[in-house]
Amino acid sequence: MSDARSPEDERELNTLTPPEKVWWKRLGPDERRWLTIAFVWCLILFTGMYVWMGIGDQQTPIESYRIDPDDFAAETTAFIEEHQVDEMEGVPVVAPPPGSNVYLQASQFQFRPVLQLEEGETYRLLVSSTDVQHGLSFQPVNLNFQVLPGYLYVIEITPDRPGEYPMICNEFCGLGHHVMTGMVIVAEAGAEGNAP
Amino acid sequence: MTTRTAPSRICNVTGFIINRDGQQLALAHVVSGVVLLALGGLMAILIALQRQGLPISDDWWYRLLASHGATMLLFWLLLFEVGALYWGSTMLLNARMRAPRVAWANFGMMILGILMAQWAMLSGNATVMFTAYPPLTAHPVYYAGILLFAVGVLLAVVLFFANVVGAKRDATYEGSVPLVVYGLVAAAVIAVYALGTGAVAYGLLFLQSIGVIETVDPATYRLFFWGIGHGAQQVNLAAMVAVWYALIGLTVGGRPVNEGLSRFAFLLLIAFIHLGAVHHVLVDPGLGTSHRIMNTSYMLYLAVLASLIHAFSIPAGIEAAQRERHGARGMFGWLVRAPWREPGFSSLVLSVVYFGFIAGVTGVLMGTMQLNMLIHNTLFVVGHFHATVVSGTTLAFMGISYYLLPLLSQRKLVAPRMAQLQPYVFAGGVALLTLAMLQAGRLGVPRRVADLEYSDAPLGVTVFQSGPTPTVMLLVSVGALIAVVGGIMFVWVMVATLLTGERSERPDQGLGFAIGAPARERQEVLREMAAATRTKPTTDTTVDARGLKGRWQRFEAPGTYLLVLIFLAWFVVMYVVAHFNLAQAWPVG
Ligand code: HEM
Ligand SMILES: [Cu+2]
Ligand SMILES: [Cu+2]
Repeated sequence: MSDARSPEDERELNTLTPPEKVWWKRLGPDERRWLTIAFVWCLILFTGMYVWMGIGDQQTPIESYRIDPDDFAAETTAFIEEHQVDEMEGVPVVAPPPGSNVYLQASQFQFRPVLQLEEGETYRLLVSSTDVQHGLSFQPVNLNFQVLPGYLYVIEITPDRPGEYPMICNEFCGLGHHVMTGMVIVAEAGAEGNAP
Repeated sequence: MTTRTAPSRICNVTGFIINRDGQQLALAHVVSGVVLLALGGLMAILIALQRQGLPISDDWWYRLLASHGATMLLFWLLLFEVGALYWGSTMLLNARMRAPRVAWANFGMMILGILMAQWAMLSGNATVMFTAYPPLTAHPVYYAGILLFAVGVLLAVVLFFANVVGAKRDATYEGSVPLVVYGLVAAAVIAVYALGTGAVAYGLLFLQSIGVIETVDPATYRLFFWGIGHGAQQVNLAAMVAVWYALIGLTVGGRPVNEGLSRFAFLLLIAFIHLGAVHHVLVDPGLGTSHRIMNTSYMLYLAVLASLIHAFSIPAGIEAAQRERHGARGMFGWLVRAPWREPGFSSLVLSVVYFGFIAGVTGVLMGTMQLNMLIHNTLFVVGHFHATVVSGTTLAFMGISYYLLPLLSQRKLVAPRMAQLQPYVFAGGVALLTLAMLQAGRLGVPRRVADLEYSDAPLGVTVFQSGPTPTVMLLVSVGALIAVVGGIMFVWVMVATLLTGERSERPDQGLGFAIGAPARERQEVLREMAAATRTKPTTDTTVDARGLKGRWQRFEAPGTYLLVLIFLAWFVVMYVVAHFNLAQAWPVG
């Protein structure tokens, strides 16, 4: 081995060789400063989430319940019967009153019903799946949530601009994943034809 | 009892004692990993070009996507990492491989697992994606294949620990393990945790698929699955950082200014990184706010702090080595005069810069609880993880392969000029690919969707056919093409070296090793170069030997310090912009 590492050379010290006996040494001034700045930034990132809870209008929904998928399907059907106003491509359209509970069912490969909502009003969406996992994505506002069978997720939304907003599924849910869509129609505040 | 001890040799390039078993095992894992990388790259280009009209049925698109994900994320990266573990625990410690026959049998089992899973995915029996969320169900062979592979990795980790402990007992090295091995130990510790939860998740699905248990709760599964889904990314991270440190040693002969700090950062990683599994379920039903925030922040972002430490230590290591050994002067002379033609060095720098500026920053944004609503399951996610595992991990692994393969196979590198160019082509392509994916995700484009025109959907969706989206998706495909060309260049050099490279006792031709014999041979030249720049006559007495002025003279790595401040400014701007975007969305809660 002696000819592989000639003795007159001081021992090579790099990342591939063992370090000197005591490998802890005092931090240099630049290291100390960077460590402090970096740690402060980490604390800002952490508290940032709590701060946004105080100042932001967009919060992660937390409220959720367990629900049997069959019960959920039955409740959705009853809800549609009560509030249906129209039909779009074979999918029922409902116009629930502002502030109410609105059932939204995800199943292979359709969101139902189509929701007709009023601009600036708040609705409690009750979202679940009757079969596999799905993704609920409102476009083009780009708000995205996970939908699990057996779990009811309460998502409160306040659509603040009129227009047609497609819903797409963005969790792979089978070979028909790319045909799974839905629709939210937001009518201008006070517009006609929105009363139940 | 007799133990078969394989003969060892002394590497004429590095001076390490190389155990034949360790050498052959490391080589076998790295090479089979590269084969899978090539396969995954082929699938990548097919799924990317389908968007531009390449005729692939929806069914096949999903099969290819499933296989691309598993092939790359699981098989390529983990096979390479097992190879790196065997390399680090034998060659770098001058130690022998323990239980080599078990390791070979284990290798066979992993390959069998890969074949089983590939059959299931490509025959359409397991189109569930690597996440395999229940109640979607695949053929039992799929789960069994993945489980065999995962158990194989776990066993390899055990053998790695046996090697390290055995080397300590045999006193084949002095003092603490080298930093690179320390990083690999961190990766291995995280792997135990990750593979454990993964075995639970996939084990439950396997039992369900053969009818032993009736259902698997989807929310519970997601928590366990992301124990490995996220945990495996931290194995990749730790292994990549270890490889970064190895490349610093190999290409500039350097080490961190303060090695203790780097080791401390690895400890932070081990302690806190697994909490991040929750950032995958931030918009799921079922978890409370504080639970989400504590976990997604890795406990006050202490694991992010670890990454920020490496973000300083790595460039600082390069800077210090360049100043000391090569006499680089001024604030950024160490970068100007760096070995940019050395494939390991360019891979290192491109990987570090891209990982920090794009992958790290987007990762923290996605993991911010409320921002996640804008990002979950969009192409932004795919853009983020191609920045991490492709331009970060894969590029770093490619970079070190240029040194490992000649050293382990004792063959001279074929086509070194192609090797010089390759990191730039690959990184350029992946940069375009990922930036376009991130932008597409901002525009709402979902991931894992075969048809963005929704032509068969009853309620049509046209938002992705107008505005900037089609152009951005075109850029995704262009980036994919360039990246795949870079990938082919890499595979070409590897395969050509292995099959046609000239056998040699000194296989360092075409590579500028900054350690061992090649470094000693160049020492005189370097010393003269360094002396020449240092003694350059200067009239300015306020400038020190490093060419630095005033307060900068007190700093160990002033250039790096400036660079990390620029990085932080970018981070802050992105964080503010993301919240501005969030404020534009519907009020929700
Ligand atoms: C040659 C460069 C590569 C290109 C052009 C590429 C391209 C792509 C594309 C177009 C997708 C589909 C995105 C979607 O619509 O959902 C994808 C998915 C993915 N890629 Fe890559 N990729 C490359 C390399 C890699 C590498 C090296 C890895 C891992 C180390 C990787 C891991 C993945 C994963 C995990 C997925 C997600 C699969 C899923 O959704 O289940 N890719 N890639
Ligand atoms: Cu779906
Ligand atoms: Cu879907």
